[in-house]
Amino acid sequence: MFDAQPLSPPIAVSPEQESARPLFDRLHEWIVTVDHKRLGLMYFCYGIIFLIIGGIEASIMRAQLAVANNHLVSPQTFNRMFTMHGTTMIFFAAMPIVFGFANYFVPLMIGARDMAFPRLNAWSFWMSALGGIILYFSFIGGSGLFGAGSAPDVGWFAYAPLTSLAFSVGHSTDYWIIGILVSGFGSIGTALNVLTTILVMRCPGMTLNRMPLFPWMNSIMALLVLVALGPLTAAQAMLLIDRYLGGHFFDTQAGGSAVIWMHFFWIFGHPEVYILVLPAFAIVSEVIPVFSRKPIFGYSIMVAATVTIGFISLGVWAHHMFTVGMTSYANAFFVASTAAIAVPTGIKIFNWLGTMWGGKIRFRIPMLFCIAFLGQFLIAGLTGIMLSAAPFDWQLGNSYFVVAHFHYVILGGIVFAVFAGSYYWYPKVIGRMLDETLGKWHFWLFLIGFHLTFDFMHIPGLLGMPRRIYTYQPGRGWDIWNLIVSIGVIFQVAGVAIWALNVVWSYFKGKRAGKDPWDAWTLEWSTSSPPPDYNFATIPVAHSRRPLWDLKHPEDPDWKYE
Amino acid sequence: MAATTVTVPPVEMPLSHELRGRVGMFCLIAAESTIFTIFVVAYLYYAGKSLSGPTPREVLDVPYFISICLFSSSFTIVMGEKAIDRGNTKLFAGWLFGTIVLGAIFVVGSLREWYRLIHEHGVTISSSLFGTTFYSLVGLHLSHVIVGLTMLSIVLIFALLGLVKQEHARRFGVLALYWHFVDTVWVVVLSVVYFIAR
Repeated sequence: MFDAQPLSPPIAVSPEQESARPLFDRLHEWIVTVDHKRLGLMYFCYGIIFLIIGGIEASIMRAQLAVANNHLVSPQTFNRMFTMHGTTMIFFAAMPIVFGFANYFVPLMIGARDMAFPRLNAWSFWMSALGGIILYFSFIGGSGLFGAGSAPDVGWFAYAPLTSLAFSVGHSTDYWIIGILVSGFGSIGTALNVLTTILVMRCPGMTLNRMPLFPWMNSIMALLVLVALGPLTAAQAMLLIDRYLGGHFFDTQAGGSAVIWMHFFWIFGHPEVYILVLPAFAIVSEVIPVFSRKPIFGYSIMVAATVTIGFISLGVWAHHMFTVGMTSYANAFFVASTAAIAVPTGIKIFNWLGTMWGGKIRFRIPMLFCIAFLGQFLIAGLTGIMLSAAPFDWQLGNSYFVVAHFHYVILGGIVFAVFAGSYYWYPKVIGRMLDETLGKWHFWLFLIGFHLTFDFMHIPGLLGMPRRIYTYQPGRGWDIWNLIVSIGVIFQVAGVAIWALNVVWSYFKGKRAGKDPWDAWTLEWSTSSPPPDYNFATIPVAHSRRPLWDLKHPEDPDWKYE
Repeated sequence: MAATTVTVPPVEMPLSHELRGRVGMFCLIAAESTIFTIFVVAYLYYAGKSLSGPTPREVLDVPYFISICLFSSSFTIVMGEKAIDRGNTKLFAGWLFGTIVLGAIFVVGSLREWYRLIHEHGVTISSSLFGTTFYSLVGLHLSHVIVGLTMLSIVLIFALLGLVKQEHARRFGVLALYWHFVDTVWVVVLSVVYFIAR
């Protein structure tokens, strides 16, 4: 009856034959590959490496700040650490990881055999990889002929005029500019590819109205990358013109403006948050239904909320600049738009709760991370609304309250969703399950560590501790909170270490997963684990939003009700 | 339910994957447009804020001739598209050559203007804020024209070698889209630099 048989024959090369081939051949294949699954995995590994490097930088900062009057690292080193930590985590950890998810699973979920432009895909990955290498080469090459210090130390948003030649001698800022510029080209390539893939590579029957939420949210992410990375690229080009050709874009001595750099940076910078969080929403929107044994609640509202978030996120950037001093009209506009974005985000939270409500919830590791995500993302959103009020922001802008807020979004939201996704899809990618006991240890240690660090980080912020100070005087009431915050890092590091151990151990010893270990409903679970090179032996056909449910339950298919 | 007699509803086909070139190019154009937007915004924001001389009004002449050449090249490339669509490769090479000549006239004309600005008026990228924004915006556009010309020239070489056939019409259409974008951007840059912010 069903004209598609999404069951694939066994892969041509068995694992035994595979491991018998010379190592060089196998590595070479990875380097020249244009396969979306291999590139997705490479994005993922690349992101994890930088996640660990960025984590080490964060740990150094927390060790420095654990007690008052500490001199573990010099102020210069501390500046480099927070600059590199921010830049690394955003551009070279978070973005590659979300691109990895999009690369691997978007074609599988829409029933395609590859991305729309496989070679562009490879090009984009290697551009992003090159960007990270250029940034980290600054540790060696940054001092240039001037001997002026190594890695960039201008902060991740690199405000003018600190980046001008007079204040940033040497080449460290140049490595920062070019590293981000190059990886930005890669990001634009990937976004173009993801969006085109979603628009034209869907399998027969997969209308936009039947597409799973994962590709839906990734398509909006791709759209945001396309419109948000351009301003950053343009601003970086202007900065290069200023530094190398003697331009005056950000040179206040010649009529230029330092504030316009802030505008250009945050026109990119705020959509960037949504570029990272929409893929996190995408993961959560796949995991929660499967582990609640219910289809997603309010599918069309979810899509509408995603589109609305994407749209509003382009008009909120100057809430990063309340403390700069803008006109009251500008302040009022950005207060209103920033507060407005809470509406579609709140709709999403209610829809996830509605999906869980009355469901037969299975408390497996992916679901645990998603439940933690829901609560934490809610709190992150609430402090976001607090900060959206300009007078409140005048008080707390650039304090540790802000640092705690956006780490709540990025760690409590995005990283938790990424961990959920890793437990959910590891069986599909590797063919073995991640260990449940180690997973529980990972979850609880990371949860405790996260809350120790970032719950208590709000308090020194409220007490007036500014961000980016490298040490502080004792007796201001900040000491105990900073110590607790730093202790939390130990738990987080332990959690991530157990996760890494789990990933390696399960690769060799994990339980075999089979095609569909979670009894899920999207097309990636209809093919073998790991999927063959061509993904699907015959191109599947979708008759509803849950094509795999239709195949498993021919007596009660979804399309009867849609 | 005993015998499961299911009648599957008719299958709707999504967009054809043959459209991917055009869709991809539209995505690239969207991304490029934002880059141009930022440079245009910077140009408008900084208009009249230059602390040292000469002003745009004193030194800029509207480049009518080269602008007409560039705009006409959008017409010639459409004719080229039509020719390759019908399989007339000779005519195609002719229109393509015409497009490249028109584009090249634009590049040469722009560079002559730069030469005049630098040598007669001393306006360079570092001489004043006006110089910085002018050369950046016009230069960004000019670099896109040069990239487009390079790609068109590669196609022309292939066409002269007899390698471009009717079945490549769709691919050439994607390149033509880029060329139209480059032309359209010039409408914006021309109006901003030579009329609005003069």
